[in-house]
Amino acid sequence: MIRDGAKPLLEVRNLRATVNGVEILKGIDFTARLGEVHAIMGPNGSGKSTFAKVLAGHPAYTVTAGEVLYDGANLLALPPEERARAGVFLAFQYPVEIPGVGNSQFLRLAYNSVQAQRGKDELDPLEFDDFVREKMKLLEMNPEFLDRSVNEGFSGGEKKRNEVLQMALLEPKLAFLDETDSGLDIDALRVVAEGINRLSSPDNATVVVTHYQRLLNYIVPDYVHVMDAGRIVKTGGKDLALMLETRGYDWIDEEARAAASA
Amino acid sequence: MSSTLQNLVNQPYRHGFVTDIESDVAPKGLGEETIRMISAKKNEPQWLLDFRLEAYRHWLSMDEPRWPNVKYPKIDFQAITYYSAPKPKKLDSIDQVDPELLRTFEKLGVPMNERAALAGVAVDVVFDSVSVATTYKEKLAEVGILFCSISEAVQKYPELVRKYLGTVVPSGDNYYAALNSAVFTDGSFCFIPKGVKCPMDLSTYFRINTQDSGQFERTLIVAEEGASVSYLEGCTAPKFDTNQLHAAVVELVALERADIKYSTVQNWYAGDENGVGGIYNFVTKRGLCKGADSRISWTQVETGSAITWKYPSCVLLGDNSVGEFYSVALTNHHQQADTGTKMVHIGRNTRSTIVSKGISAGRSNNSYRGLVKIGPKAEGARNYSQCDSMLIGERCGANTFPYIEVRNPTATVEHEASTSKIGEDQLFYFAQRGIGTEEAVSMIINGFCKTVFQQLPMEFAVEATKLLGLKLEGSVG
Repeated sequence: MIRDGAKPLLEVRNLRATVNGVEILKGIDFTARLGEVHAIMGPNGSGKSTFAKVLAGHPAYTVTAGEVLYDGANLLALPPEERARAGVFLAFQYPVEIPGVGNSQFLRLAYNSVQAQRGKDELDPLEFDDFVREKMKLLEMNPEFLDRSVNEGFSGGEKKRNEVLQMALLEPKLAFLDETDSGLDIDALRVVAEGINRLSSPDNATVVVTHYQRLLNYIVPDYVHVMDAGRIVKTGGKDLALMLETRGYDWIDEEARAAASA
Repeated sequence: MSSTLQNLVNQPYRHGFVTDIESDVAPKGLGEETIRMISAKKNEPQWLLDFRLEAYRHWLSMDEPRWPNVKYPKIDFQAITYYSAPKPKKLDSIDQVDPELLRTFEKLGVPMNERAALAGVAVDVVFDSVSVATTYKEKLAEVGILFCSISEAVQKYPELVRKYLGTVVPSGDNYYAALNSAVFTDGSFCFIPKGVKCPMDLSTYFRINTQDSGQFERTLIVAEEGASVSYLEGCTAPKFDTNQLHAAVVELVALERADIKYSTVQNWYAGDENGVGGIYNFVTKRGLCKGADSRISWTQVETGSAITWKYPSCVLLGDNSVGEFYSVALTNHHQQADTGTKMVHIGRNTRSTIVSKGISAGRSNNSYRGLVKIGPKAEGARNYSQCDSMLIGERCGANTFPYIEVRNPTATVEHEASTSKIGEDQLFYFAQRGIGTEEAVSMIINGFCKTVFQQLPMEFAVEATKLLGLKLEGSVG
């Protein structure tokens, strides 16, 4: 929800980043205020996932220019685990499997690390078990997930639910959801989207990266951004997503070219 | 590999101190004279001297094995000290042990004295070549268990030693077993009589202290009909920039319905990060399930040594006997490990389980080598093997060499193998959930090794977990 005078939570200015010496982000400007929901769309390879990973601090990427303020402080100075503890959350497009590490143990450790940062009580395994089962009900998840290894042998849809479960546990201030809708059937999509909506509040901001308008039927964005070749090339309201659905991305290029030649 | 991961795996060795005590050291070099000298010093009977000399003559005719997947310069056997004993060595109680030595054990965290009582562990300590003190002997003797150094056993129970010594690992079995048979200086002896369940875990702590000394200990454990015992072995050595040879032989004999569980946590000095120094650990361990329904279980956590060459094996002679091998081998820097097991099925319905977990970091090389052999009379024999490798970083190696020989059509043999990697993406996933690299690596490693750690006695499992942590964690800034 857009509110007048809402505090900016994330301010990205002219952000440039490379991986293996190749520049992927070529000057991104982006602002998200508390209470807002943003959607980032764009063709494959335009840099959407890279943007999310750079904000979360993935070590493979090097920031070469620009600045990122989170809650008014320099986010790029923090190692990835401290960004997470400060409330930056990334729901991964392809969550990795971690054989041998139990999901419940992993979830509890993650939960407690964030709780400790916030000066709140950590939960012991029994308390946590009750707590996490409640959260799982909301996402219509089978409790047997807790006994399995992290993401190991999960279907695509199960992995995505597990990501949203983690978001529900950690209650981030800034949540980046990278194609959380891909691999979900229509019922799962509804459940996951409702879960995300329930977490959205005036005290946080949500950014969904998606290819498809259908997710935005459930999660209604305040802003829609189009990324292309490492930049945000267009920003609009929720109608922009509908236009992209019918017209594709090419017209934006043409518009940009027309603007350049005018 | 990211620099944090580099730091994680570069934890220094903590047991690298030298204890300053006077030793009774024989001149370097090997020959019949050295062997006669060792035998005389230990006041051994003629049959044992003959055993040694036969082994020595056999050894002279043998060649060093070259098939393991390890590389090292030729060993100069004349440059090794074959006998080194701390002075004074006649001890009646633990109070007489050199306090310097006791402090060493304290630094090592060896449970002795009251700590031993609390932990319920009886310790036979082997320091260089002579067993220093055996605790709990009396308590064990009440139930008829004999637990002492093998030298003492030779004096006190010569017939028992003579009956079993060399029956599982013959003196000419292989190059290093022959060398050990010729020059072994001490080790542990354990005898559990018929029907006795050993009331506590028995434990030996080995430590190599003298530079250029070899350690050739010999362990013999016999469990009679229906007896059971759990035996723990831990190893450390100080840091020297020369390589030291450790060529031990362990023999286990399980009679009908007997059960022997042998657990090792090996943390010999592994050399520095450039591969200088460290122990050559060339060990022969073998158990004989001689009677029907007997069981021998090996569990090992191998984290040290410059080179590990070791295949704790089971010969399943008795019908329905069971052999097990659970192993975690961790190599870092320039360490090399070629380790695994042999399960030889001879009796009917014999069963064996192999679970091997190899972890390689740095520039190390970690190989699993295992043989499953099913003889023609082993009706209904079954084996299950699982060999998993984990790679940390880009410059290490892991290999699996399974050998399977089946001569009976009713046998079932299963082999599973996997290779995984602790990669940047896994660590980033942890980090993104607020979990730091150190904790993440420890969780992944513990998860990977879980099935093996579950086999260890409780206090050893804790030690093993800590040890792996020390080897891989620490200095994350």
